[in-house]
Amino acid sequence: MLEIKNLQAQVGDNEILRGINLRVGAGEVHAIMGPNGSGKSTLAHVLAGRENVQVTAGEVTYAGSDLLAMTPEVRAREGIFLAFQYPVEIPGISTTYFLKAAVNAVRKHRGLEELDAMEFLALIKDKMKLVEMDQSLLNRPLNEGFSGGEKKRNEILQMAVLDPKLAILDETDSGLDIDALRIVAGGVNALRRPDRAMIVITHYQRLLDYIVPDFIHVLHQGRIIKSGTKELALELEIKGYDWIKSEAGALP
Amino acid sequence: MEPYFSAFKNYQKNGGGSGPTWLKDLRESAIASFGKLGFPTVRNEDWKYTNVEPIVSTAFERREQKTTSSGAVTVEEISALSFANPAPSRLVFLDGVYASKLSEVRGLPRGVRVESLAEALRGNDELLHSHLSRYVRYQQQSFVALNTAFVEDGALVFIPRGAVVEEPIYLIFVSTGDDRPVVFHPRNLIVLDEGGQARIVESHVGKGSGAYFANSVTEIVGGVGASIEHYLLQREGSGGFHVGALEAHLSAQCNLSAHSIALAGSLIRNDLHVLLNGEGAECNLNGLYLVDGKRHVDNHTEIEHCSPRAKSQELYKGILSDSARGVFNGKILVHKDAQKSDARQTNKNLVLSKDAVINTKPQLEIYADDVKCSHGSTVGQLDRDALFYLQSRGIGWGEAQSLLSYAFASDVTSRIKIAAMRSRLDDYLMMKFSSQQDAIQS
Repeated sequence: MLEIKNLQAQVGDNEILRGINLRVGAGEVHAIMGPNGSGKSTLAHVLAGRENVQVTAGEVTYAGSDLLAMTPEVRAREGIFLAFQYPVEIPGISTTYFLKAAVNAVRKHRGLEELDAMEFLALIKDKMKLVEMDQSLLNRPLNEGFSGGEKKRNEILQMAVLDPKLAILDETDSGLDIDALRIVAGGVNALRRPDRAMIVITHYQRLLDYIVPDFIHVLHQGRIIKSGTKELALELEIKGYDWIKSEAGALP
Repeated sequence: MEPYFSAFKNYQKNGGGSGPTWLKDLRESAIASFGKLGFPTVRNEDWKYTNVEPIVSTAFERREQKTTSSGAVTVEEISALSFANPAPSRLVFLDGVYASKLSEVRGLPRGVRVESLAEALRGNDELLHSHLSRYVRYQQQSFVALNTAFVEDGALVFIPRGAVVEEPIYLIFVSTGDDRPVVFHPRNLIVLDEGGQARIVESHVGKGSGAYFANSVTEIVGGVGASIEHYLLQREGSGGFHVGALEAHLSAQCNLSAHSIALAGSLIRNDLHVLLNGEGAECNLNGLYLVDGKRHVDNHTEIEHCSPRAKSQELYKGILSDSARGVFNGKILVHKDAQKSDARQTNKNLVLSKDAVINTKPQLEIYADDVKCSHGSTVGQLDRDALFYLQSRGIGWGEAQSLLSYAFASDVTSRIKIAAMRSRLDDYLMMKFSSQQDAIQS
């Protein structure tokens, strides 16, 4: 579904990604871990098409197409979804209005009928149960004044209604207490499907207790320095990142 | 200027010379002031960024009473242009002249007056004598002087003591889009006696694309404890020039919400002056200006705190695109005795193109020592993070831009308390921003 080859990217003059290689198949859940500043969020932003990240080398193929040639909105319509670490607050646009605009933009692109107000509301109400989100949030301005937990639930709600093929969760656990984490992770797990891939980016092992990945990759200084299965997360939890760093440093 | 002097002489012979003595004196004194002041130039600090040369150099003709046929427009058309329901009380003026056939006033409490100024001036009305032109500073403001010299028609609204008018009163000034450039000088007097309450929408709309010049003046007098909502809606034709003055004098505990929504017109200049002239008086000024093409909108506001414990709050927001020009000048003057004044002013501008320009200048002059005052102005572009967030959800770049422009305007529009007007304005804004984006993308 997704193939990243030798991806290099910079933000301003700072080289952040220095040759990422990664293959993600349908139905797989990949976790990307790494210390702060290793390039995890930059990788997420590159995949979603953030303009301030400049790709300097490499390629990304998504479902057979050149992902990097697409605008952010086309990527979203083609099935890429990024759950933001810091969802943006937009006063003046209601959550409902925003969701409806997004759903219909995506549906139109996929050759589906746009939903009318009634159909849309039915869809939203159904999906809100997934993340135990309060309906009163729908009429509030998008993310404005939402708690950390509400914002992250809103991200997962968006993921549910936009029905992506590849979901990238950028530090979805950050800022969540244990109850909120359980609810958000529960929502994500409910959205796992054989035809849907996920990339879960996190600093901590604890999220992976709830969302159990098939593969784990450790990112350090813009490169994946170690890959493994879920057991790798436990090892990281116990030993920290330093042993891998030194192991990687010892490589030729 | 000469055409205006000869028009004045003409006017004196045809109607302008009639009426009570005080009125004749007022007109003559005003034309003399206009003669002394002349048209302002950009050398005048208050007009530094607004060049009225296009107004000065156009040969506008004064519209004589009763020369525009009411058949030129329909009530439905006017209502749609003014974001109004067709039902409520309304006075309609075509090219400055009262159109009784298009107007309707009903269901008002006893003693409330909503009528054409021209008709009221024909009698020797005591209310007019005591209030008309008692508040404006025509000796210093040349366009106000010009309006006063030609004072003839407009609206008279009087709310007696304790009367509450819940339904909005619409004063609708329509330029009919004549082939010759016309000038008119709408003059409104709004008086609320103690405890009176009213919502007044002063709407200026243009139908055609021809040049015209609307030079309006509105005086608002709020008695003790009165409560006034005033909405100034400017949706002028593409060739329309509008210079408008709003002068509000508020007594103790009087509350004014003044909304100013400038949507269209070639050149718009608004001078808003509020005098908080009694303890605990309060004003909320709320403005939105949308400027595109080569248009120009200038808002000058001045709030004077003259008494203790008065409160003022001001939020003006502008969206500028293409090669539009905008000006905001907000002055707050706190006099020596106005202790415990609370004054807050904010001006925010969204500039969508590199050729659009905004000049914004907050001014605080404070002579009291125990006050709370703040002001701030910002000029910026659309938030990149917000744009990306919307795009990452499949919303196209153009639609994301128009959504964010709409969102930017919404904290002004959400303060509009007339629900029907607010929702129609919302629809208009959404449509306007979308069509701007379509134009950019095609």
